[in-house]
Amino acid sequence: MPESRLAQPEPFEFDSESQAGFSPHSFTMLSRVAESIYWMARYVERAENIARFIDVNITFTLDAGDNDFGQWEPLIQITGDEEYYDEHYTTHDHLSVIQFLAFDSKYVNSLISSLNMARENARTVREAIPSEVWEQLNELYHFVRGTKASGATLEGLAEFFQKVKQHSHLYSGLLDATMSRGDGWHFANMGRMMERADKTSRLLDVKYYTLLPKVSDVNTTIDDLQWSALLRSVSGFEMYRKRFHAITVQRVAEFLVRDPVFPRSCRFCLGQALESLRAIIENGQARETNSALEKLTALKIHLDELDMRTTIDCGMHEFIDDFQLRLNEVGAAIFETYFDRAQLDLIPLVSGQSQSQ
Amino acid sequence: MNSTDFSDYDVGAFFDELFASGAQPRAAAQAVVDFINDLAPGEYKRRQEAVDQALLKLGITFTVYGDEQGTEKIFPFDCIPRIVDTFEWSHIEAGLRQRITALNAFINDVYGPQEILKDGIIPRELVTGAKSYRKVCEGLKPPRGIWCHITGTDLIRHSDGGIYVLEDNLRCPSGVSYVLQNRLLMRRTFPKMISAVGVRPVDDYPLHLYSTLRFLAPDDVVDPTVVVLTPGIYNSAYYEHSFLAQQMGVELVEGRDLVVRDGFVYMRTTDGFEKVDVIYRRIDDDFLDPEAFRSDSMLGVPGLLDVYRRGNVALANAPGTGIADDKVIYAFVPQMIKYYLGTEPILPNVDTYVCEVEEQRKYVLANLDKLVVKAANEAGGYGMLIGPHATQEERNKFAELIKADPRNYIAQPTLSLSRVPTLTGDHFEGRHVDLRPYILYGKDVWVLPGGLTRVALRKGSLVVNSSQGGGSKDTWVLAREFDSVTSTDETLYT
Repeated sequence: MPESRLAQPEPFEFDSESQAGFSPHSFTMLSRVAESIYWMARYVERAENIARFIDVNITFTLDAGDNDFGQWEPLIQITGDEEYYDEHYTTHDHLSVIQFLAFDSKYVNSLISSLNMARENARTVREAIPSEVWEQLNELYHFVRGTKASGATLEGLAEFFQKVKQHSHLYSGLLDATMSRGDGWHFANMGRMMERADKTSRLLDVKYYTLLPKVSDVNTTIDDLQWSALLRSVSGFEMYRKRFHAITVQRVAEFLVRDPVFPRSCRFCLGQALESLRAIIENGQARETNSALEKLTALKIHLDELDMRTTIDCGMHEFIDDFQLRLNEVGAAIFETYFDRAQLDLIPLVSGQSQSQ
Repeated sequence: MNSTDFSDYDVGAFFDELFASGAQPRAAAQAVVDFINDLAPGEYKRRQEAVDQALLKLGITFTVYGDEQGTEKIFPFDCIPRIVDTFEWSHIEAGLRQRITALNAFINDVYGPQEILKDGIIPRELVTGAKSYRKVCEGLKPPRGIWCHITGTDLIRHSDGGIYVLEDNLRCPSGVSYVLQNRLLMRRTFPKMISAVGVRPVDDYPLHLYSTLRFLAPDDVVDPTVVVLTPGIYNSAYYEHSFLAQQMGVELVEGRDLVVRDGFVYMRTTDGFEKVDVIYRRIDDDFLDPEAFRSDSMLGVPGLLDVYRRGNVALANAPGTGIADDKVIYAFVPQMIKYYLGTEPILPNVDTYVCEVEEQRKYVLANLDKLVVKAANEAGGYGMLIGPHATQEERNKFAELIKADPRNYIAQPTLSLSRVPTLTGDHFEGRHVDLRPYILYGKDVWVLPGGLTRVALRKGSLVVNSSQGGGSKDTWVLAREFDSVTSTDETLYT
């Protein structure tokens, strides 16, 4: 036998100017990619919140021992898509509502549709997110797609939605544990926090109307199972107890809207979104104005200074309506500032880039 | 049968890559065959199923053209590797280096002085009349004189045991991501087998690719920005584009992310424009620049070719390289090698009849039942007639097509592709394979040790394309002579 000709892989010299020293981190990213990451994160958060809404209702229904005692209609109201529901469903029993919220792939705001959108967005930016994050999201998608509501028991469904939450937490944890804190992560975090703030406020809105017996009751101690269920749906029951102990409506509202340290309160989420936005601004080039920053800061301050007693007097629903409107405006400003091609193309070329002819 | 092993494997009337005859493995494959024979009953199948699951979880899928729902499919992967010994690989590698060097010289010549045409080695009209000949590329001077930076050449083994070149793919050859992922899966699934056999690594491909691309950057750029340009998520090879960008650590851009301003190419970032220096484009010439090529293209970047001509951006592969993988031009590659390099071809072509030449056309029309007819510009197994398997009606249709446009057709004898054992139900059967190695042309010509072994999963089928029932296998180029493997056999069983 002749001697091995190619026994060893040829040594490979990396032909790079920057090998001698490390080149500085480049934080800028394609605006299309930033937008997809932002929406990926929003849609996963949206899906998780749907699972939370359903999960807490199932728990409650199981406790009450009656499958269809009328607690399922409010879940349709949360979506604001009653019209679609009435067109496609005839009854308001739990299986129909769960089918609608979780598994109806024709309904654009269902859990499966949200996951599909999250995954499609992720698929367009696979190169920009850690593989682990993509794989986890992909697994979550296949997990939900492989499940059907028909024929399932409430216990089985409860377990399913718990698992969806766990999958989502795993995704979120991987995002945080494996992705460098460049613009990509900050756009994802901003999307996640904006969506979470929105969903917490929506939940409060609907439950407030359904659960509040009389306006005069807002400040009396109640031990309504449903209010604790509401807190549990945002995993906030224990944290609430640590802060306030007894449950009153005003305190629950204070906790969900304004608690400075509870990670699902509207105020906390806006604070996180704002921090990410500031990091993005710091990494990038100076802009003369930044409407996203202006609007988000203003909304955060609005919550910082809010007095819950007065808010309740003036109408909780009116407050939340206004909050969601302003949140949408922040979203629109983020789009204009970072994703809108027509706006971005107006930013002048940095000198030195175009002048090297 | 309760165990998946090779005890009753039948090579049939074919050249088998792993078995010399009957149950007698080739020396290079002995260790792998022993390893699999010694697995516990059901174990092999269990591991193959784990691989299928992993592929779905990893989302390594491709989109099927013509399917309205954009259904994703797994590109099936069979765990029995194709094994290439060191001696054969050095032969293949030398042949590919030679061929790519000659093809690059050819492209450089036809868009430049056209000496090979003046000397009558190739009929002028065959070149300048080809669909893939780009008149706008005449006079272009690509950086470092390189046109075909990334090539995937299709090789087959005929029943005579020889390796032949079937096709040159010099436009946007795909599949290399599967080579890397297949190896990853094999290492995960059969770690002991792979380390005991000693296989040359393929994992540094992205680094070589990145280095090749940086080498093309305009001279005055110190730290070039390299990007991968994809047609987008609905392209069947999107996964690969994304994978390569990720592995190289560069941006994956779409046409709409790029814009030409003041003679340079920029990408749209969240902070406005950022200059781009090198584009690994996975978009065909036709769609690259609507100002230079097809004006209805929505995928490309208006003005890109102009920037390229000015030398302010590099494109890989260069526009116009398609002329060298026209199937008619293919027939002349052996002459090119002699003409430009003065050497005999190391890897032979498959006999090819050029329908444009009257005598050869007559032969083709008279022997359609024995030949494979291919359109000069189609890829992916489309526009093809496999004479012996076709109906008389299909053959008549192709006879008319050939008479109407002889320039567009070539014919080749029906080849008997070699086979590799492949899991079929509960046991192994031989399935036909080809091999696509990848060649990078930067500072020098580098050949990835291995390549994509495509396998026709349907019994008796010779069509290996993923769109038509093909799958893939890992390709193991041995790191040492197989004689030395036998002495380490005991490590396989620990």
